[in-house]
Amino acid sequence: MASKRRGLPEINAGSMADIAFLLLIFFLVTTTMDVDSGISRKLPPMPEENIETPEIHKRNIYVVLINKNNKVLAGIGSPTNTIEIDGNGLISETLKEEVKSFVSNNGKKDNSSESPEKAVVSLQNQEGTSYNMYIQVQNELTKAYNELRNEKANNDFGRDFDKLDADEQKSVKKFYPMKVSEAETKAN
Amino acid sequence: MSKFKKGGGKSMPAISTASLPDIVFMLLFFFMVTTVMRETTLKVEVSPPEATEVKKMEKKSLVSYIYIGSPTQTQQATLGTKARIQLNDVTFSRKEVGEIQHFINAERLSKDEDEIPYMTTSIKADSDVTMGIVTDVKTELRKVNALKINYSTKKSKDAN
Repeated sequence: MASKRRGLPEINAGSMADIAFLLLIFFLVTTTMDVDSGISRKLPPMPEENIETPEIHKRNIYVVLINKNNKVLAGIGSPTNTIEIDGNGLISETLKEEVKSFVSNNGKKDNSSESPEKAVVSLQNQEGTSYNMYIQVQNELTKAYNELRNEKANNDFGRDFDKLDADEQKSVKKFYPMKVSEAETKAN
Repeated sequence: MSKFKKGGGKSMPAISTASLPDIVFMLLFFFMVTTVMRETTLKVEVSPPEATEVKKMEKKSLVSYIYIGSPTQTQQATLGTKARIQLNDVTFSRKEVGEIQHFINAERLSKDEDEIPYMTTSIKADSDVTMGIVTDVKTELRKVNALKINYSTKKSKDAN
């Protein structure tokens, strides 16, 4: 075996790294770490027939109405106050503050909720309401609840809400249950 | 300083780069495995609204997606310009919203029975659609008892 004597010339593997890098960069670029995020909600189950919906006292319900012109009206019992929206379509802080004071009223004021547990935010929209505005309002409502929960967490445990363990979070959530009722779209 | 210069005469041995391809290949395989090519091609245009209070979605395998938006430019010839609902690869008009029930049932069949309660429906709607169609979708979801939903949103940059 003459060749064995000379030894097979080794294939130069120096460019292997380059090839691998090329592939690596291709996959790096094409990978979309598509983090899905959004606002989670739970829909109410379909109402069964012949079952009366429980009456909610007016003081325990905060109505937010977004009409077809994307105007936001809000108020306890019935949507009475207009919530201002600035030129960029951002909702003023008033909505969040009002929801917060409504939920955390605890029966102090006669015309506001009896307890966070009984407080319900009713979100109503119309056929022509834009989805964007709807999400903005949902966002404000979530923010109001998140801030309340954060305050509670800081009071009870001295930490922010997301730093609590599962059980502690549960107890805070139980104190401030998020009750957002989404009524069916009103025609016109 | 002379302490360090003892071997000055000899040149530094080159660092062996023989293992470099291995390292790169390892990274390569990682990315190859984690890359998910999108299965459905979108026929409707969806640019979700922005929000600050967003949460990441867990358990992606248990999420079914419903896209709502107006058809993309290339699809407008066949589908028109009105907002449509896309489930998997098929789009439906607002009148055919009942298809969602079949879609959800099909999704349920493909999952384990004990996982069904954890299934979430992600509504990926364009910020320009009106609530009418979204509400129709929600009503259908309520009819099939798929109550966990998620409004897909982008995280806005000006989060305070």
